[in-house]
Amino acid sequence: MSIFRLFARPRSAPMARERLQVLLSHERSSVGNDLVTLLREEILAVIARHVQVDPDKVQVKVDRDEHVSILEIDVEIPRDAHVMAA
Amino acid sequence: MGKVVVVTSGKGGVGKTTSTAALGAALAQRNEKVVVVDFDVGLRNLDLVMGAERRVVYDIVNVIQGDAKLPQALIRDKRLDNLFLLPASQTRDKDALTPEGVERVMADLKRYFDWVICDSPAGIERGATLAMRHADMAVVVTNPEVSSVRDSDRIIGLLDAKTMKAERGERIEKHLLLTRYDVNRAERGDMLKVEDVLEILSIPLIGIIPESSDVLRASNIGAPVTLADAKSAPAMAYFDAARRLAGEDLPITIPGEKRGIFGKIFGRKAA
Repeated sequence: MSIFRLFARPRSAPMARERLQVLLSHERSSVGNDLVTLLREEILAVIARHVQVDPDKVQVKVDRDEHVSILEIDVEIPRDAHVMAA
Repeated sequence: MGKVVVVTSGKGGVGKTTSTAALGAALAQRNEKVVVVDFDVGLRNLDLVMGAERRVVYDIVNVIQGDAKLPQALIRDKRLDNLFLLPASQTRDKDALTPEGVERVMADLKRYFDWVICDSPAGIERGATLAMRHADMAVVVTNPEVSSVRDSDRIIGLLDAKTMKAERGERIEKHLLLTRYDVNRAERGDMLKVEDVLEILSIPLIGIIPESSDVLRASNIGAPVTLADAKSAPAMAYFDAARRLAGEDLPITIPGEKRGIFGKIFGRKAA
């Protein structure tokens, strides 16, 4: 392998290692996983109680990091949506 | 009573069947009575890798359903007198394996053989959990690749929860067998290193099998690599792994490692 290639391409193995460590620390503690699922369901249920929400206009994103997880819920509420959900 | 070993991985295609055949033949060459059992009902392949595909008459499902006696279903290896194969069925659905039936067959096999080596199907479904159910020890076959390592982690969790040993509160012995390892790519930083995988999975290492064309050649001719070419690098790695499985304490070597002057100075170890 030439010295140029060494510069051109960063090593991939350290990235694999880091990704695995983060992923597995989450998968091993299934509690953490369930909590995010639970929060997602309950938060959406609360929103649905007050406004009619088009399910297609709801975006849920989760980002699991080594120390924290970020749960991002993006709900599009139309202007005439003050109609209470049934 | 013989020892029951499950060769498992979660992910498919990492070398479970190759490793089952190679370890079985290696142990049999130590003059121990060995049976390799194919649990992959519906997709059997151990018979092919062992070179016994044309001699399959009965299989494990026939034995469980009472259509055949266990000795009728066992196929003796043509090269080693004390190596036997219990094939899986090719046609029936996987529900044909019942927990009670498997328990009976395993109990019988343990009486006759020193080693009962179970080749698990991929996945975490019934076939895989039945294959590990009665194991005393597990060989977790892993490639130095992210999806394989993740699946091995899941399997290790299952081994600690779903085996008889675990349910009795005992510890099931788990060993990592790293296969398809390419020392050059690992040194270049393009493949997870032995130390990386060990650190992530934290179970003891039983061997490192190098990526090698000898493995494919062995399966082409229908022989475990430890019989096809006993002097090849993967065969020697499997022989060492078999000795460790039998309880010998051998230092781990990384196959294919070119020990230059730096290697000699900093003499590194894998485990």
